[in-house]
Amino acid sequence: MRKTYQIEVDCANCANKMENAACGVPGVKEATVNFMALKMKVEFDEGADPAAVMEEVRKQCKRVESDCEIYL
Amino acid sequence: MSGKQKKNLVRILIAAALTGGMHFVPVSGVVRFLIYLGIYLFIGYDILRKAFLGIRNRQPLDENLLMSVATVGAFALALYRGTGDYTEAIAVMLFYQIGEWFQSYAVGKSRRNITELMNIAPDTANIENENGQIEPVDPEDVDVGAVIVVQPGERVPIDGVILSGSSSLDTSALTGESMPRDVREGDEILSGCINQSGVLRVRTTKAFGESTASRVMEMIEDASSRKSRSENFISRFARVYTPAVVYAALALGILPPLILLILGRDAAWGVWIYRALTFLVISCPCALVVSIPLSFFAGIGGAGRQGILIKGSNYLEALSETSTAVFDKTGTLTKGVFQVTDVHPEGMSAEELLLLCAQAERYSVHPIAVSLREACPSDHGEYTVEDVRETAGHGVTARVNGKTVTVGNGRHLKQAGVGSAPDREIETAGTILHAAVDGRYAGYLVISDVIKPNSVQTIRELKRIGLETVMLTGDGKAAADAVAGKLGISHVYSELLPQDKVSRVEKLMAERGDGKGKVAFVGDGLNDAPVLARADVGIAMGAMGSDAAIEAADLVLMDDDPMKLVTAVRIARKCMRIVKENTWGAILIKLACLLLGALGITNMWAAIFADVGVMVLAVLNAIRCLFIGPARPGGK
Repeated sequence: MRKTYQIEVDCANCANKMENAACGVPGVKEATVNFMALKMKVEFDEGADPAAVMEEVRKQCKRVESDCEIYL
Repeated sequence: MSGKQKKNLVRILIAAALTGGMHFVPVSGVVRFLIYLGIYLFIGYDILRKAFLGIRNRQPLDENLLMSVATVGAFALALYRGTGDYTEAIAVMLFYQIGEWFQSYAVGKSRRNITELMNIAPDTANIENENGQIEPVDPEDVDVGAVIVVQPGERVPIDGVILSGSSSLDTSALTGESMPRDVREGDEILSGCINQSGVLRVRTTKAFGESTASRVMEMIEDASSRKSRSENFISRFARVYTPAVVYAALALGILPPLILLILGRDAAWGVWIYRALTFLVISCPCALVVSIPLSFFAGIGGAGRQGILIKGSNYLEALSETSTAVFDKTGTLTKGVFQVTDVHPEGMSAEELLLLCAQAERYSVHPIAVSLREACPSDHGEYTVEDVRETAGHGVTARVNGKTVTVGNGRHLKQAGVGSAPDREIETAGTILHAAVDGRYAGYLVISDVIKPNSVQTIRELKRIGLETVMLTGDGKAAADAVAGKLGISHVYSELLPQDKVSRVEKLMAERGDGKGKVAFVGDGLNDAPVLARADVGIAMGAMGSDAAIEAADLVLMDDDPMKLVTAVRIARKCMRIVKENTWGAILIKLACLLLGALGITNMWAAIFADVGVMVLAVLNAIRCLFIGPARPGGK
């Protein structure tokens, strides 16, 4: 399953950091952050609960970039 | 400007004014230190906070920490040396903030520009309810089959079929073509077009999300998720570069003084630590990580404005490396519709022959009959057509104004008892249609597919910019060679079945091999989806509204002008050139500054100028990708 989320982030490097952080979260098969469109596309593993996974993704992203936001 | 940007701009201005003003205020000692510290904290508190959070979250190596260490270090050095020159630390922080502000402003602005350009799906649709009243609703809520009304000047929100009304449509948002297209009742209409003159009632055939405009927008936004090698290189580079510079700075700050100590000379700690701090200031990879994705985004956005949809940065990159353009013939280089291209009458005028044939074929639905009728659209005078006998696959015999007219292939005429003339062989690329009137041979017509107006120039331009051209077709050799000859295409492969086209393209790709250029295939998307998918770059042409082609292709040319391909290649090449300029320009300038910093030739002021200046230049350069013009027939 793929979903797209609006995000808020200031710099391109921070977007890269968010992408790496999101990819490391269990349940996320692949995550790409599009800094120019301010969007995060997440492909979830089979059977993962997107809501729960995204909470963790958000937490991890906040950890690497305190100023970022993901609109769930 | 967003609220955050305004706030930061005011902060930068105040800090700059205060720093400048302090030059004229004669204070010294602790008071001086405290005032400067105040300004420093005012301009840099958020950076310091983020650096602290980074350490706490064990993600320390980012530009915030680099800037914090460099500026706090500069402050400490000023104290240690007792010079009271705190300006440097503040200036570095100030310039860094200016750079960040500019980056956020430039990126935000181009993001808005590009998305506005691409915003071809309107926010409302006017729906007609049961009482015939019009009410504006969210286009998402419009069901398939509902009736919407599009007023003059409005954008069509959803794909559909016109129920009533006629108008001319501006399709430039979809195709880049400025010529308006006339539509009337029964015509299909695509979202994203602007209705220019009349009120249109449209029955929707798709949901909003499935409509052309929404799909185009989604595709462009998705495009930058498919990253190119250049972008991957930059993220890998940034991951290695920043830590490397930090360790180098540490080494620079500690090793030379230690060696000097061992050699029994003055360690000069202050000098080396200052150089190390300069190192840190230069180390931020912002110029690279911002400008490369921005270049691609701008390039893809600029191409979209000209009716060229590129599905990913990687395809833009591949297109720039393309050395061979393989064309499907029908529908790509030719119009894919048959037209009368030649009339050879015997014993009557060309006009008369054409007219008689067209009348004889009046009731036929065969494509050839259609093209005959199109060749003489107006009914010159009254004609009576009776006794029509059509022999499938051969021809027609009919009585036109009392004359027996026989039109068809050679065999048909033989059967009709007109034996002599059609026996001779005629060398031509098209389909030949013989005619006889009252049993006497009256000449022949040639009907063939016509070449698009821009095809010749397209091939010439492609050759001029160094691309090899190849044509594939399912048609017979004579027809294929004739078209290729006219266009100047050197390699032609004819009589190919769809699967032969795939293996032919595979063979071309194998011949090119690695590093010798990519193979692009251009087709009309009708029956060449497998080839589109197999080629390095699959380009679907004239795909306005064709879902299958949009799905299979990597690049979509929204109208059927082959010249768009030249434009696409130009955009791809220019965009990649800008990406390379930015990549190597930024890396080289940074390395040069690092070297100068290590040798102590440059100071922290120059370092921050190098960092911010390179970024500003790179961002401005990247935005150029948005403004690459179309290729015009005849070249520059």
